[in-house]
Amino acid sequence: MKIMVTVKRVLDYNVKVRVKADRSDVDLANVKMALNPFCEIAVEEAVRLREAGVATEVIVVSIGPKAVQEQIRTALALGADRGIHIETQSSPESLSVAKLLAKVVADEQPGLVILGKQAIDSDNNQTGQMLAALTGLSQGTFASEVKIEGDEALVTREVDGGLQTLGLKLPAIVTTDLRLNEPRYASLPNIMKAKKKPLEVKTPADLGVELRAHTELLSVEPPAERKGGIKVGSVAELVEKLKNEAKVI
Amino acid sequence: MATLIIAEHDNSILKPATLNTVAAAVAIGGDVALLVAGEGCQAVADQAAQVAGVSKVLLADNAAYGHQLAENVAPLVAELAKTAGFDYVLAPATTTGKNLLPRVAALLDVGQLSDIVAVESADTFKRPIYAGNAIATVKSLDAIKVITVRGTAFDPVAAEGGSASVEAVTAVHDAALSRFIGEEVAKSDRPELTSARVIISGGRGMGNGENFALLEKVADKLGAAVGASRAAVDAGFVPNDMQVGQTGKIVAPELYIAVGISGAIQHLAGMKDSKVIVAINKDEEAPIFQVADYGLVADLFEAVPELDSSL
Ligand SMILES: Cc1cc2nc3c(=O)[nH]c(=O)nc-3n(C[C@H](O)[C@H](O)[C@H](O)COP(=O)(O)OP(=O)(O)OC[C@H]3O[C@@H](n4cnc5c(N)ncnc54)[C@H](O)[C@@H]3O)c2cc1C
Ligand SMILES: Cc1cc2nc3c(=O)[nH]c(=O)nc-3n(C[C@H](O)[C@H](O)[C@H](O)COP(=O)(O)OP(=O)(O)OC[C@H]3O[C@@H](n4cnc5c(N)ncnc54)[C@H](O)[C@@H]3O)c2cc1C
Repeated sequence: MKIMVTVKRVLDYNVKVRVKADRSDVDLANVKMALNPFCEIAVEEAVRLREAGVATEVIVVSIGPKAVQEQIRTALALGADRGIHIETQSSPESLSVAKLLAKVVADEQPGLVILGKQAIDSDNNQTGQMLAALTGLSQGTFASEVKIEGDEALVTREVDGGLQTLGLKLPAIVTTDLRLNEPRYASLPNIMKAKKKPLEVKTPADLGVELRAHTELLSVEPPAERKGGIKVGSVAELVEKLKNEAKVI
Repeated sequence: MATLIIAEHDNSILKPATLNTVAAAVAIGGDVALLVAGEGCQAVADQAAQVAGVSKVLLADNAAYGHQLAENVAPLVAELAKTAGFDYVLAPATTTGKNLLPRVAALLDVGQLSDIVAVESADTFKRPIYAGNAIATVKSLDAIKVITVRGTAFDPVAAEGGSASVEAVTAVHDAALSRFIGEEVAKSDRPELTSARVIISGGRGMGNGENFALLEKVADKLGAAVGASRAAVDAGFVPNDMQVGQTGKIVAPELYIAVGISGAIQHLAGMKDSKVIVAINKDEEAPIFQVADYGLVADLFEAVPELDSSL
């Protein structure tokens, strides 16, 4: 079976973003961009399934401006076989992304689609579930373990109360949580090899999808700053402050 | 205007996160209905009918909804939203709500606003982005607005005092796409993280899982919940449901005590709205001290037992 994975280009998780002075958006000029950590885990899981002989091919898809090809190449260096870039001017909203991905699913007929559970920029946590709705497929979100058994994917999910295991009829949509695996580093030879792997570019029009805005961003502001507090010298002083000053114990 | 809220429950108890979501719906205005979808969940519907501000409870009690599989519940919610004329569909931003609601939104061909923290007007909301390092004001352009609500941002409505009618919903959607196999639910007598008044959390500095007993002793004296950083979860010290942060639980207790936690932005994203923050860390340069109201530079293996004995 084929596995399709999606990768999103986001700012590096170590970078602390700043809001633009005019508050129209966050300032992403000159900040370091990277593969969304959850997508990296998705790529790793797909590559492991191919290495284990469960999958035959790993296709990586990204949507956005030309720059996202950098992240597709990273995924190819991590072991994916070929890339599809759907070129749009900006990064579209989740539902639009899901509509574009649904077309690729219809064309490629993967047995499994693995996405990140959330993109660390918008923190939306939506795209996989939306894709599952549009394709009419089963969904296993926040996965910390994925096993393929017969015509089912057994997915262990990280939920608020603990862990839940579901059996999903294949083809299935899975979104990754952090503990699913620890992604490998791309070796230099693999980075070189990735440059020669096939990368196809398509447009939303090629896929017959018309993008529509569902939300309008009015403004962005920095969060309320916490005032720095004080250092206490001892446990006794801490307890005294919590009792008499903060009055929380 | 009318809002449909997906009740959070386990077939016997209505979870408190529902009450915060009702508060967001009250801030939007109009009629508020609660959907209780599950199996053998009449008791939840009875509790839901008591919630202040709720005018109607829809009870969908069927084996197909027993484990609230998104494949089965999403078409039910989408159908109710369309046929019963709801303008808003809300759910708490818990793992249940996050799993279900985007599937509903896509079936309705609308976008979703995730994790709102404020209602500005009938169509405009605030939501944190970039691990809470920016707050976006976003306007929804869709006819039906599908929204998940961050519980800590809305004070819960009263669990009692209401007298809503309970109506049975007979529609059954069984997609037969997925099946429930099992679950490992952490059992604890301590309060739930997302509704606890006091939380004491441990990080990688705890060294191992056994040492969390030090925190549990303090927690029991303070009536607190015990949380953890992702590093502590990844190292296998404690289970994932204890994780606080951008990709774990978002908490805002009266008192948050961070022990052996450095204060990475992903952790701060989950707790920096706490009223009072205490940090105990042996590294005086640790970033956690920048958000702490009271910082104690000390070895936790001395400070925590001392804290325990002085309470
Ligand atoms: C300030 C601000 C506020 C915004 N508010 C909203 C909002 O309220 N609602 C909204 O819908 N959008 C919003 N957007 C748009 C948003 O940034 C995203 O571009 C969009 O929602 C795409 O999905 P996501 O990143 O949210 O996906 P998520 O659902 O968080 O991502 C899950 C996974 O989907 C896959 N994926 C997502 N996007 C791509 C892609 N382009 N290519 C390949 N794979 C992808 C990845 O595997 C990712 O890990 C906002 C943008 C900004 C800058
Ligand atoms: C995409 C993504 C999402 C993430 N989401 C989350 C999330 O939701 N929540 C989260 O917490 N993290 C998250 N992380 C991980 C985060 O980046 C940090 O790695 C993590 O929070 C660090 O945990 P820590 O503070 O326990 O460990 P460390 O950073 O290793 O800090 C340990 C601290 O303990 C102190 N210490 C050690 N020994 C002692 C002692 N004896 N006495 C006193 N102090 C001591 C040290 O001085 C140090 O400051 C995420 C990361 C990524 C990439």
